[in-house]
Amino acid sequence: MYSRAYKSAVSLPPLVWVAVFLLAPYAFLFCYSFWSVSQQSIVHHWNLGNYRQLFENAMYPAVLFRSMRIAASVTILSLMLSFPLAYYLSFHSRRKELLYLLVIVPLWVSYLVRAYAWKTILGSDGVLNTLLQYAGVIRHPAEFLLYSPFAVVLTLTHIYTPFAFLPVYAAMEHIPRNLVEAAQDLGAAPVRTFWTVIFPLSLPGALAGATFAFVLSLGDFLAPLLIGGPGGIMISNVIVSLFGAAYNWPLGAAISASLLLLVLALLFLVERLEKKLSFS
Amino acid sequence: MISSAQSAGASTASETLARDPLLDIHSIAKRFGSTAVLRNVSLQVAQGELLTILGESGSGKTTLLRLIAGFEQPDGGEIFMEGQRLDRLPPYCRRVNTVFQHYALFPHLSVFENVAYGLRVRKVARSEISTRVEQALALVKMAEYARRAPSQLSGGQQQRIALARALVNQPKLLLLDEPLSALDANLRRQMQIELKSLQREVGISFIFVTHDQEEAMALSDRVALLRSGELEQVATPRDIYNHPATAYTASFIGQTNLLRGRIENGMAQCGSLRWPCTERAGPTTFSLRPESIRLCDGTAAIDHDAVQFRAAIRNQTFGGPVDLLEVESPDGHVLFVRIASRGNLAGECDFEFDAIHAILVRE
Repeated sequence: MYSRAYKSAVSLPPLVWVAVFLLAPYAFLFCYSFWSVSQQSIVHHWNLGNYRQLFENAMYPAVLFRSMRIAASVTILSLMLSFPLAYYLSFHSRRKELLYLLVIVPLWVSYLVRAYAWKTILGSDGVLNTLLQYAGVIRHPAEFLLYSPFAVVLTLTHIYTPFAFLPVYAAMEHIPRNLVEAAQDLGAAPVRTFWTVIFPLSLPGALAGATFAFVLSLGDFLAPLLIGGPGGIMISNVIVSLFGAAYNWPLGAAISASLLLLVLALLFLVERLEKKLSFS
Repeated sequence: MISSAQSAGASTASETLARDPLLDIHSIAKRFGSTAVLRNVSLQVAQGELLTILGESGSGKTTLLRLIAGFEQPDGGEIFMEGQRLDRLPPYCRRVNTVFQHYALFPHLSVFENVAYGLRVRKVARSEISTRVEQALALVKMAEYARRAPSQLSGGQQQRIALARALVNQPKLLLLDEPLSALDANLRRQMQIELKSLQREVGISFIFVTHDQEEAMALSDRVALLRSGELEQVATPRDIYNHPATAYTASFIGQTNLLRGRIENGMAQCGSLRWPCTERAGPTTFSLRPESIRLCDGTAAIDHDAVQFRAAIRNQTFGGPVDLLEVESPDGHVLFVRIASRGNLAGECDFEFDAIHAILVRE
């Protein structure tokens, strides 16, 4: 057994860390969300005006819904990419380690570099447009490729697919191989085995992956800033501008707090669902 | 003779074998990398037979089973089932079902759905599925557990469900991969008896893989002993015990004394032991079961045809109804002797055995 002094000595650093870098900022954020701005300065006057504004100004819910739509699209697309990839790697690949590495390597490349790469690909004189014009598919550069929600979804899918892939792959790696053999033994061809055994047993992983993809892209602010254009603005961009140029910290804090609650509610639901889906 | 039922079963099995075996394994070979796991294995299984593949770990017994199930492809040889080539079919096209070593029940499906899986895959009518699943569960005495999840069952219960899940498909052949190895000793003995009577009841051929020679003896119509990828001997339990062909078989199945010596001028000679023997002259090995040696305690008349010797008691192990003695003859041979339990023995005693019980075995 460890002494009490030892236990407190060990738990002190993480507690300090959490208090200083997590709890205190959140507490400040919550306080700010109940204050207001008057004549370019923050007034410490407690009120619910900021939260009321969230509902009264149609712009905020609209951007929030767009952000959720984009995040949902990214989630679905990255799962659709992850499942076949994870299945192939886990069950049929002879070069597992190499392919696994190829999926992971992009994570080591700066986010900015990857986002800019898409800018180069999708721009009006970018790689894709040049290619399509050269091939004669289009005469004028397609403008919708860059600076659109589409571009944001594409970029975020590219960036967050490894996050969705990893838990799906881990779940598949944990499926006992004799279950797959048992299914085949009972007459199930590979496709049927996938849908009746592998798919249901990798759902907890898929749920974790979906949560990563959704939460990370919901709060993303660089991709919409770089390639979203006016139509691809997401909730984080609004928050950033409120804390910056607009100098309305209280309203920005209120939106942040709401977003935080939304994500926490989502995580809570996911955890309950995950318990239902796991069978050990 | 007590053996009548057993030998009758065996003889009908060997008769059907000669005519048309259910499964015909023909010089199968299998390598993993540079290791030859199976070499030139040929084996036939009769309709309704319970055959045990017995062997130590690494002998290739599980690989042989996996080749029959279709999870591995042979590198040489063929497997036929009812005259049709089996080894080229994928596992899901074979009318063979497997009971896996660790049961391999689907954790996300209820007991009922686990058993129904094969029927659903084969698109059996809904109404028929529920009757057949119920029958299968009743067969393994698990009818009231249909709604449970596999994780709520004990090892023995999971074992029964795995059995029901395989049998419900009415396979022509059931493969069992050490199905009892995860159970504790008592449950294991009980399941052995149940398995055997179940097999009689359903009339399906079973191939049962085990490393436990007692289990093999208790269950099987025939035992196929595998040694490092080759078949050592295939025979009924009684035959393989009473007439082991090799020294390995003799010592793997039950306990034995291996007497190494020579045959010369019609006499076998192993150390100081000598008895008449008409076999071909040369160096030989005999297997002499510990229970074939008697203690001469002066109560019975001395049998002058028996081979007699005097030996010192080195060790005596109490085993309930029988005692196991470790004795050493004056020329240094150590022999095991099994006698009916009695008080402690010490010093030197006289022993004897009938020459007919010294079985000539190959090395």
